[in-house]
Amino acid sequence: MKQIPVKQLARTLHIQILRHNPCDPQSEPRLQTFELEEADAMTLFIALSDIRENQDPSLQFDFVCRAGICGSCGMIINGRPGLACRTLTKDLPDRITLAPLPAFELIGDLSVNTGKWMRGMSEQLETWVHSQGLEQTSIDSLETTMEPELAEQLYELERCIECGCCIAACGTAQMREDFVGAVGLNQITRFQLDPRDERSDADYYQLVGDDSGVFGCMTLLGCEDMCPKQLPLATQIAFLRRRMASV
Amino acid sequence: MQIIYTDVLVIGGGLAGQRAAIGAKRRGHDVIVLSLVPAKRSHSSAAQGGMQASLGNCLGAAGDNEDIHFTDTVRGSDWGADQQVVRMFAHTAPKAIRELTAWGVPWNRVQRGDHEITVNGEKQTVTEADAAHGLITSRNFGGTQKWRACYVSDGTGHAMLYTMSNQAIAENIPVHERMEAMALIHEDGRCCGAIVRNLMTGELLAYVAKATCIATGGFGRIYRVSTNAVINEGMGAAIALETGIATLGNMEAIQFHPTGISPAGILVTEGCRGDGGLLLDAREHRFMPDYEAEKAELASRDVVSRRMEEHIAAGHGVQSRFGEHLWLDIRLLGKQHINTNLREVKEICQYFLGIDPVTQLIPVRPAQHYSMGGVRTNHRGESPQLRGLFSAGESACWDMHGFNRLGGNSVAETVVAGMIVGETMADFCDSPSGALNISTALVEKFGRHQQQLLSGISDTGGSESAFELLRLMQETMTGNVGIFRHGERLQEAVTTLQSLQQRSQHIRLRSSAAGANPELVAAYRVQRMLKLAQCVAYGALQRTESRGAHFRADYPQRNDLEWMRRTLARWPDDNAMQPTLEYEALDIMNMEIPPGWRGYGAKDYIEHPDTARRQQQIDSVLQRMEGANRHTQQETLMPFKHLLPPHLRGNNQRLGDEQ
Repeated sequence: MKQIPVKQLARTLHIQILRHNPCDPQSEPRLQTFELEEADAMTLFIALSDIRENQDPSLQFDFVCRAGICGSCGMIINGRPGLACRTLTKDLPDRITLAPLPAFELIGDLSVNTGKWMRGMSEQLETWVHSQGLEQTSIDSLETTMEPELAEQLYELERCIECGCCIAACGTAQMREDFVGAVGLNQITRFQLDPRDERSDADYYQLVGDDSGVFGCMTLLGCEDMCPKQLPLATQIAFLRRRMASV
Repeated sequence: MQIIYTDVLVIGGGLAGQRAAIGAKRRGHDVIVLSLVPAKRSHSSAAQGGMQASLGNCLGAAGDNEDIHFTDTVRGSDWGADQQVVRMFAHTAPKAIRELTAWGVPWNRVQRGDHEITVNGEKQTVTEADAAHGLITSRNFGGTQKWRACYVSDGTGHAMLYTMSNQAIAENIPVHERMEAMALIHEDGRCCGAIVRNLMTGELLAYVAKATCIATGGFGRIYRVSTNAVINEGMGAAIALETGIATLGNMEAIQFHPTGISPAGILVTEGCRGDGGLLLDAREHRFMPDYEAEKAELASRDVVSRRMEEHIAAGHGVQSRFGEHLWLDIRLLGKQHINTNLREVKEICQYFLGIDPVTQLIPVRPAQHYSMGGVRTNHRGESPQLRGLFSAGESACWDMHGFNRLGGNSVAETVVAGMIVGETMADFCDSPSGALNISTALVEKFGRHQQQLLSGISDTGGSESAFELLRLMQETMTGNVGIFRHGERLQEAVTTLQSLQQRSQHIRLRSSAAGANPELVAAYRVQRMLKLAQCVAYGALQRTESRGAHFRADYPQRNDLEWMRRTLARWPDDNAMQPTLEYEALDIMNMEIPPGWRGYGAKDYIEHPDTARRQQQIDSVLQRMEGANRHTQQETLMPFKHLLPPHLRGNNQRLGDEQ
């Protein structure tokens, strides 16, 4: 029988969102489903903005760059942490469940306070170059040289965007509030590799040589599996553990 | 209302704001940074390709110095820039990069020996010198004579911002995140802090400060298609405008970046073309050399964007379901190069377009990218009209970009401006005029006014949707105030924006959610964005010439005779339907380089009689000084070093110079 060509209908997406507004004493955590017609090249950024504009203007979420660069929009997408802005709906089934990242303070709906967590981690681990007389460095003179390969290796570790997906995917972080996670441990390996940082392994041991640091890791590898930047987190943690064990 | 006291209040946690904060803090002042988002998520992190600084280390950069960087920037600006500010900038950029180097930025370095590069679609081999090995390398960018864009792969802004933020944490500078400045507190022409809204709880509080610095970036989101982050709504510039006292400079000067991916408008770096990438049309023909014989894809952004739109209008665009676009071809750069130097571009292509740029073409079309205009300041970053108000970075117009910014000059500007304005604020706080005499009654008055405005929005009794008004404004700006402008279309935009502004007084909120309430946020922001949009559209309508990124199809020539002037927009009456425009002259007789041809783009312009006179002066001075070194010659033509903080006046050492 001859087929009659029909225009393929756009899918209707059923987006179920875990909602809660801690500012509202009446609010109870609940799941709410929104229906939305899928569009070409639709990302979760576009879908969520559409829901806010046309269905529920109180919906809370965080987007900044919407280009996968700033790390604002980490959330649980069908059970897995990921960056919503660069998740295309066409890669998902028509039933999509979204929840805020666990382990962070909830601001409301899909918005969590990763910033506060990350600042705390940075302060705890002192994630900056420690160098005597840094303020006296002449900025008129030629810069100190660095091997090109080393610079590239440093950038490889510095590509972390502090989105929090590794924390959401980490067993230890769910149990220990003070665990610095892969994001923190990776930054330690980054500064350890940097000749500009004068800290010794003994200094780093003071920062990460316990269960809140490198010995808290249970090697579940969720961090590396879920890292949107595909950073070699498990390798870095293993490497750091070995160095810390020999201090 | 809670009142927080500090010496220096910096509004904006990007590169400029944090660097200014560090500067003031090091001088012994208390500083608080306010940021809409966690500071490391600021839009500075989206800068990809590089930071311009004339280090001159690699082969393509050999012979570079401040003079050439200065010349490129002035030409890029189409002579709209303040040349003294450009001098200050070009001189300080190498210091900024060296400071960041000491703080930890992993700049890509020169590798000695042979390298294959791509120039004009052809492979060439170049050999880097042993002496340069390990120094900071740089890549080619548009509108420059040298390879000057220093980079960290194509995540330059990210690496810079992380280093800067970490340094601010090291210096113990508090960043109050998810805080939005709603109004500047001021009295008798003196700014003394801001009324601020907590975007987690919706609570209003006041920050009282001796010095207040706006470093909130650009306002690209008044356009529909923009590379800007969604937070770039220009609220810093808007609250300055709403004082009725401070002015905004050259708001009509808007940059469109040639390579936003189509249709999302997400940026792919100019580094793609700098490294040898090409622009192709529907027939996969490389068309830029047909228009720009010399610079081809690497003319300045305003010129390339205009040529691209011209080419599409001539029927050479690629048809797609999202409209027309052109192609960016980086396949010829090879897998190795793309995987190491253009990896963020590769990720963007993969995730948003589902393509691999190693083997496939990237669909691109120009998209709004940068605001050359902003809060008008002098060369030290001070508002000339409102004492105690400062501004740095993209939100400011001190005015180093004129009517077109060169790629890589913005991240460089953020850090340089932060270094200078941080000192200016510290000087101000240390001086008698820094003393603050303010009553809490005044603070409460400003707080109550904001509270009333917010309650008013929740209770207008109207029926307008904030999101709908935002969309209509963005459509109007992209449709009528874009790359090609025309008097009639601009007039239409002005009329539409005025009607939208009226409608924005009748917004109906559907939600009364406790906390910050995203719909309320959209409502008060769209009212302010409409004022900025009006400054852009009305400024563009009044400027009856073409200069840099401002192109008037009905006035296609640059007109130095009538338009060597900077537009200043002011909004003295809150109920007014449009800004008041004033102009300040740019004096050719004080310029180091009088107006001329840029080396690319249109060659015809209407000359000012001062140009020839000034050129004659310059020629005779240089003739008299023959044999003097370049610093002495420069100092005679247009002194600028006295304008810099003393510790930034030293000469920059380069490879081969004596220490």
